[in-house]
Amino acid sequence: MGAQKKRAAAAAAAARVSEDPDDLARQPLQAILLADSFTTKFRPITLERPKVLLPLVNVPMINYTLAWLEAAGVAEVFVFCCAHSKQVIDYLENSEWFSQPNFTVKTIESHNIISAGDALRLIYEQNVIHGDFVLISGDTVSNMSLTQALQEHKERKKKDNNAVMTMIIKKSKPSPITRQSRLGTDELFMAIDPNTKQLLYYEDKADHSKGTICLDKMLLAENPSISLHNDKQDCYIDICSPEVLSLFTDNFDYQHLRRHFVKGLLLDDIMGYKIFTHEIHSSYAARIDNYRSYDIVSKDIIQRWTYPYVPDVKFCGNRATKLERRGMYRALEIEQSRSAQVGSFTVIGYGTKIGSNSKISDSVIGEGCTIGSNVLIEGSYIWDNVIIEDGCELRHVIVCDGVIMKAGAVLKPGVVLSFKVVIGERFVVPAYSKVSLLQQPTVHDSDEELEYADNSSGTVEFSSIQGTADQSNGEMTSESSEAHKPKLGTGGVGYIWSICEGGQEEEWRHSVAPIPEDKLTELSEAMDDDQELVTQDRTALSTSGELISDSNASEGDDNEDSKDDSVYFEKEVEATFLRAVEENVKVDHVILEVNSLRLSYNMTSADCAGAVFYSMMKLAIKTPHSSASELQQNTANIITTWQKLLKSYLLEIDEEIEIILKFEEMCLESAKEFSPLFARILHILYDKDILQEDAILRWADEKEGADESDKVFVRQSEKFIQWLREASEEED
Amino acid sequence: MNTDDSSWWPMGDGGDKIEGSQATARQTAELLRSVISQQRVPYTNQAGALIDAVKAIGEQLIAANPVELAVGNIVRRVLHIIREEDLSLTTAAIGGLNLSAVSDDENDDDRDGDSTLSAAAVAAAARSTLRPPSLQTLLEDTPVSAAVPQTSSSGGDSEGKSKSADKSSRSRKLKHDVIEAVNELIQDIVTCHEQIAEQAVEHIHQNEVILTLGSSRTVLEFLFAAKEKKRSFRVFVAEGAPRYQGHLLAKELVARGLQTTLITDSAVFAMISRVNMVIVGAHAVMANGGVIAPVGMNLVALAAQKHAVPFVVLAGSHKLCPLYPHNPEVLLNELRSPSELLDFGEFSDCMDFGSGSGSPLLHVVNPAFDYVPPKLVSLFITDAGGHNPSYMYRLIADYYSADDLVVQRRATAGN
Repeated sequence: MGAQKKRAAAAAAAARVSEDPDDLARQPLQAILLADSFTTKFRPITLERPKVLLPLVNVPMINYTLAWLEAAGVAEVFVFCCAHSKQVIDYLENSEWFSQPNFTVKTIESHNIISAGDALRLIYEQNVIHGDFVLISGDTVSNMSLTQALQEHKERKKKDNNAVMTMIIKKSKPSPITRQSRLGTDELFMAIDPNTKQLLYYEDKADHSKGTICLDKMLLAENPSISLHNDKQDCYIDICSPEVLSLFTDNFDYQHLRRHFVKGLLLDDIMGYKIFTHEIHSSYAARIDNYRSYDIVSKDIIQRWTYPYVPDVKFCGNRATKLERRGMYRALEIEQSRSAQVGSFTVIGYGTKIGSNSKISDSVIGEGCTIGSNVLIEGSYIWDNVIIEDGCELRHVIVCDGVIMKAGAVLKPGVVLSFKVVIGERFVVPAYSKVSLLQQPTVHDSDEELEYADNSSGTVEFSSIQGTADQSNGEMTSESSEAHKPKLGTGGVGYIWSICEGGQEEEWRHSVAPIPEDKLTELSEAMDDDQELVTQDRTALSTSGELISDSNASEGDDNEDSKDDSVYFEKEVEATFLRAVEENVKVDHVILEVNSLRLSYNMTSADCAGAVFYSMMKLAIKTPHSSASELQQNTANIITTWQKLLKSYLLEIDEEIEIILKFEEMCLESAKEFSPLFARILHILYDKDILQEDAILRWADEKEGADESDKVFVRQSEKFIQWLREASEEED
Repeated sequence: MNTDDSSWWPMGDGGDKIEGSQATARQTAELLRSVISQQRVPYTNQAGALIDAVKAIGEQLIAANPVELAVGNIVRRVLHIIREEDLSLTTAAIGGLNLSAVSDDENDDDRDGDSTLSAAAVAAAARSTLRPPSLQTLLEDTPVSAAVPQTSSSGGDSEGKSKSADKSSRSRKLKHDVIEAVNELIQDIVTCHEQIAEQAVEHIHQNEVILTLGSSRTVLEFLFAAKEKKRSFRVFVAEGAPRYQGHLLAKELVARGLQTTLITDSAVFAMISRVNMVIVGAHAVMANGGVIAPVGMNLVALAAQKHAVPFVVLAGSHKLCPLYPHNPEVLLNELRSPSELLDFGEFSDCMDFGSGSGSPLLHVVNPAFDYVPPKLVSLFITDAGGHNPSYMYRLIADYYSADDLVVQRRATAGN
């Protein structure tokens, strides 16, 4: 391990030496930088300022991305601006980025774009991308060297024209705690071919509760070996061939880069486009997706993982800052009282004043702030020109530019104060609340809201859909009750945005506050469960174990797979059947529909028979009835009406047995009312020629060896079976 | 003027700082040369204008990367050059005046000879009042002042009448001379490896064992030079964790047919008893003779002292820094990414804030440089020859003007 790491480091150093000159000079490398995340995670701050211009350790985020692109040898960057495009363009025009030699920054502006897909389609129309390009969003921090990934991409492209994209991934710890505490995102599963590094499967919102993921078995059939990872982190840096843009244009419904494009390519095997991965080891790359990752990436910067993009190295016109012991960064012209305590991992910006006996730790303080005495600041992000009066307490909060906190105000963990909010004297802002001068928007109406207008287009992450739904519910109440009196204490200015109960559940995930203890234990319990699962179930996958497609494993997967599917299938069939009953659809049509369902779910006709029978019995039990005999009558009616449907799936004896088993199951579980009628309904089925005697006899024979408890129904229909036996003997 | 200098600057490059100081020194000198050549010079106080221009740019350059001391060194060297040239021009002019007053009707040939001598004498006298005379400047001056009399001879007779014409020619002259001198400086920087390597045979003897740490181009060339002179010797290379530059050095040495042994940094004490001489490169040499060198160097120096092995530091003159290392680990060090030590994926959660309360329990400090105090250094080999650590201040007095130290120190202190 050690030796390997060293070698890797040496190789990286060697690669770095040979980086710039020849390879990149041949064809100028282009990049598309999306200066809009098309999500709503940073509300309410993003109502007033675009996300890419939010300061990350006192430097606007976009500078990190641009500085990296420049260092990585990109010659031309197209910055796509959408929400607050004016601000982004103004900023870039006044920055040094427009005057760089060998590095051009061009802006593309559009106002009616609601997703990354639309943005790429627009760029395609402009016809500015001529070769391979780097696709990145303006909130990504990295210090990786592109040379190797680019070279791999080019070589693959030469050999295989369908290799259109190389995705950069990074190892992370597989535990959900780490995932949650580091990035606030869901677990990510990837299946990668260990030899070619081809990406075969991508799932970023696997269902935790089930503890299972579904793999297409073709995946296992087609590839000699795949490794399934839950310990990889998507860096959201992609090297793309120009085809990617045209793919977006061809598939006009692609909106989200990962959810639609990547998954679409992986599923669609007609065109045969392939996506590959490139794993980075010693270098850093992460994207700021929500407040939690904002917190984490800031800390990573302060801990210098992103070197050389750290506060004390000048990389994009940031102010000179000096690194002192224990990770303390101090800019010039700071007025700090002798009795003020500035702790470790703290950044203090230019011209900030700190009063006596104030304690600051693990925080970032912007430029020109005034901090009074006896103030406590812990794990917080305070942007520029903030005034904090004496005796305030701030723990794990984000405070935007120009905020004024009157004496004695307290911010509980997770609070976000947007621009120029004023908090009144001794006012306590409750945990996780978001305060803004703007009122919470009711519907997504104004065009300012483009940044997050995508809710309607269904491209937001799962949790945020929930969040918005909750919010919109909450708005109704807030509008009437509290919105018009800003409850921020005496002299306070601003509105507290309401979060209602469901939202609060999600709040802790994405906030800068540390994860509450109970959630942590919950998570770790979940993790223990996972581990138990692994130990119990041999086929469960070890964290990154290479999975050779031996029969054992694939069967295991298939079983789980089909179990899952069959539930859906049954539901679909039931729905179809009920509709047919209600609308009097012809039997032939129902057969057709069920057949198509069968094909799409890849089921056998036995499954169909079971499902159809199940729905019929369900219908029977739902039909109002007063006594058992009435129920029997209903059942008989239904069976008579729909016997043709049922029969079309009863091709062989096996299917008939399946029906009996299904019925048995129902009687035991979902429809206990049937249990006394079991024998009689069996008889009806026999009468209607739905079940042949062979099937019934074989079922009885099979049950012979079963447990006593399993034999209840065999007993019940003993007479009937007896009669059948005799009849068949007579026939013989 | 040159507003894009910060973009020209390799912004936060992840490249090798030790290897890079020669390149940065050269580029700094080249940039300053272009600044000087573009600078419009007023009729009066040309030197002042040039100095101001160079200072303004230099300040930005130094601020852009305060860790790379070579930048500041070159800025000061250029300032020094401007002062020297100005001084020699002034003294030459004064000399010319005196001369024309004393011997008005002498023929040109004689006057040339005389004025050269007297100019040099006056320059020396003028300089001695400013600061102690230096060998370097005296040697430098001879060719310059030999070129001077043309000016004074052309304007000598009509000194009072065509003062402005003389001034303009003098300013052009000054700029020209300065650029010439900067060119020489660039040349020095480019050839510093060769000049140092030339001395290799005097220091490396047959069948010796040499120990080095990490990788330095100067050391590499030095060893090659000895090898080319048919010296046979062995090299121990300490790998130089955490960047393992030593691996690359070992590779290159082997490629040139040198018998090489690679050891870990921690094995230095074990191996030092078999070593005849330690030869290492440096990031910077401070005014007191202390050395800023890749991390781990202090350990090697202590080991060498313990076993009385000579500890030789190779450094081009652009690495001579006129500053004193008052607080080296904070002021002049560079803390690099923890990813050189740890795997981010494995250790990131130990350094997390989110799950624990308060600060993370794991801190990672990855300094790039060590400070080796002068008493541990046996010998410096620069392109100007071998020197004792205690002689460093003298060399620095040769290369830099005292005025610039003060001014620049204010500029650097501003960082």
